[in-house]
Amino acid sequence: MVQALNQFKETPSQTAGPYVHIGAVPNFCGITGVYPEDLGKTMVSDGVRGERITVTGRVIDGGGNPVGDCVVEIWQADAGGIFNSPEEHRAGADPYFTGFGRCPADTDGRYSFETIKPGPVPGPGGATMAPHITFWIVARGINIGLHTRMYFSDEETANAQDPVLAMARPLGREATLIGKREGDTVRFDIHLQGENETVFFDV
Amino acid sequence: MNETLSNRRKEAAPFPARDRNWHPAADTPGYKSTVLRAPKKALIAFESTLSEKTGPAFGHNMLGELDNDLIHNFAKAGGSAIGERIVVHGRVLDEMGRPVPDVLVEYWQANAGGRYRHKKESYIAPLDPNFGGFGRSITDREGYYYFRTIKPGPYPWPNGVNDWRPAHIHFSVFGSGFAQRLITQMYFEGDPMVAKCPILNTISDKRAVEQLTAPLDWANSIPMDSLAYKFDIVLRGRRSTFFENRAEGN
Repeated sequence: MVQALNQFKETPSQTAGPYVHIGAVPNFCGITGVYPEDLGKTMVSDGVRGERITVTGRVIDGGGNPVGDCVVEIWQADAGGIFNSPEEHRAGADPYFTGFGRCPADTDGRYSFETIKPGPVPGPGGATMAPHITFWIVARGINIGLHTRMYFSDEETANAQDPVLAMARPLGREATLIGKREGDTVRFDIHLQGENETVFFDV
Repeated sequence: MNETLSNRRKEAAPFPARDRNWHPAADTPGYKSTVLRAPKKALIAFESTLSEKTGPAFGHNMLGELDNDLIHNFAKAGGSAIGERIVVHGRVLDEMGRPVPDVLVEYWQANAGGRYRHKKESYIAPLDPNFGGFGRSITDREGYYYFRTIKPGPYPWPNGVNDWRPAHIHFSVFGSGFAQRLITQMYFEGDPMVAKCPILNTISDKRAVEQLTAPLDWANSIPMDSLAYKFDIVLRGRRSTFFENRAEGN
């Protein structure tokens, strides 16, 4: 016999279901007066450093239908590439920026975040990761939250050096991870399945 | 070479890979909604970077006084929700058995009759005017959370002709890193509907189903007030960082 490892198994995931809004964004679904504001609704406050942007897009299923009952969460660094997290080991993050957003899709499958453009973040082995925003999508019919990233179309040089995009490129799927910059708006559609299926990560 | 400062904070350790055979697969046709919502291409895997090792923190000062009391947090003055009064409590631990302190746990559920307070819900069982059906806690230094609620009822749903969900409470948990993000459901010990549920049957390993089933916790029940159920939640652990990866020649 060898020694026991004494490790636990992770609690298995289950779908968030169609009524995820009750717990995640109660004010959005009309249950007001319990929480002052839905979690993750406001990411920036006055005095935030960086370029203000709107990140918006639609979540679409394998039949081309809007995923109108999903909740999208994002997590990103501040304009200096620092995360507002106790796990951040470098300098302090911008106190006027939370880095975390949560948005329920509308019936058209559309989500939207008022945020700032993140700075580049150090990646593995001394590489630098191009500016990106992490996405996490849950909904009825999604058994385990889907994890992806959005990069920026106006960061071609940095994107060409990015170690994560480099894994999607030989598969011909890099474009599914690039948000299209149009003025102050970045458009990023997420296709759960099918021809333009978004790259999802196991991280 | 950089000088190594003894008081410099170390970069957070990566997470060991998820066991995706333990979790439900994406495409599980018995649960029909997954058919068009499951990615068909393989996930791209890489070891967690700073973007996944960090995550948002929420302060205890965010919580309202009744946020973990579902019997009262939506009730009119002097009122309370109808149903079996229960306390749900447990610890948030990681795979290494360490408590996960100061993390947000959110929960939501139907009322005692199986009716959700949601505009899209059309089940004929009535709403309880004193029950909203959601709350939240932040774990203490030992990783504990608890809340008071009523036991939810089972409810029918349009999947098969006659499918019913077992009584369950939805949970959303944040860890210290965004890669630990988890949404799951808690079920109740002894419920004969657990074995029939297409959503639970998305999980192939019986032991994983058992991990979602909360036992009746007689010892922590409150006499003449509430029964208790214990539900521990395990998030991904962090690997020990013995050595950092370094390209040869550096």
